[in-house]
Amino acid sequence: MRAVILALLVLFAPLPLLAQENAPPAPYAYRQLPDPDQEARAKALMVTLRCVMCQSQSIADSDAPIAGDMRSEVRTRIARGEDPEAIRQWLIARYGDYVTYTPQVKPITWPLFAAPLVFLGLAGVLLRGRFVRARTAERAEDRA
Amino acid sequence: MSETPAPPPRSRLALWLPLVLFAGLFALFVHGLLRPADTNVVSAFVGNPLPAFDLPAATPARPGLATAAFRTGKPKLLNIFASWCVPCAAEAPQLDTLARAGVEIDGVAIHDRPDDLARFLATNGNPYAAIGRDDMRKVQLAIGSSGVPETFVIDGHGVIRYQHIGDIRPDDVPMLLDRLKSAGVQ
Repeated sequence: MRAVILALLVLFAPLPLLAQENAPPAPYAYRQLPDPDQEARAKALMVTLRCVMCQSQSIADSDAPIAGDMRSEVRTRIARGEDPEAIRQWLIARYGDYVTYTPQVKPITWPLFAAPLVFLGLAGVLLRGRFVRARTAERAEDRA
Repeated sequence: MSETPAPPPRSRLALWLPLVLFAGLFALFVHGLLRPADTNVVSAFVGNPLPAFDLPAATPARPGLATAAFRTGKPKLLNIFASWCVPCAAEAPQLDTLARAGVEIDGVAIHDRPDDLARFLATNGNPYAAIGRDDMRKVQLAIGSSGVPETFVIDGHGVIRYQHIGDIRPDDVPMLLDRLKSAGVQ
């Protein structure tokens, strides 16, 4: 029984590896950093970076080979003591804003950040109008 | 039966607004369906000098590749490829045409093994002056390339001038020769 299971394992284990590339993945593609603090920082950054191959997954989620290399690059840089935002900017300089899921404050994105304030202000004005109207109606009723 | 009183007249805008909204969304969706999004990730690094790198040889037949190789004053092509990549084999004849036209082509082999690469070059020809071995996509990430094959025009000072995404088709060859020529003038 054990021999059969072993044989099956040997038979099927290399299949995903053979799917595209024969060479081994980058050192930190599928391995965490030994320091849990550094790994936590790397992970927090990786979930906000877009895989440039599969395009709708973060590099933390994606199994694409290039995502593995991007993870390894991020972890190596974090281990070297680089600032996560500096790594993000390094990638943006190469792949454009496309590579980050966290919106950057730029002239083209300012409506994104201004919209909540505009809507809040608008709601305030509308509510004030309504309260004032309700109060005058109340007073009119009292007088009647 | 008595007639119901006419409802208060509503403004024309409120009456037509839903239809206008529907027509607008319809046009947007049709546009999106007929012209699917371009999924190529264009490098934002074009116009910058090549970052410093020094890759070991990917095959005994050719030397490795370092940034210094691109500061010779002559524009070159930098081809990002791999033996496991099918379109890379498809563009091999075009690279051969370019090499025979006097273009110097340097390669970066992504996640490749020497014996796989040797087999690939034996089958598809070897137009490369040098091939660097990039097992961690260090160079590929550093120049904003997102897949294989991609071909970059590098001018004589080592500055990236142009990025071609995907395999080089026969009708891309004159365009690349033009790009190389204008990179040489600058």
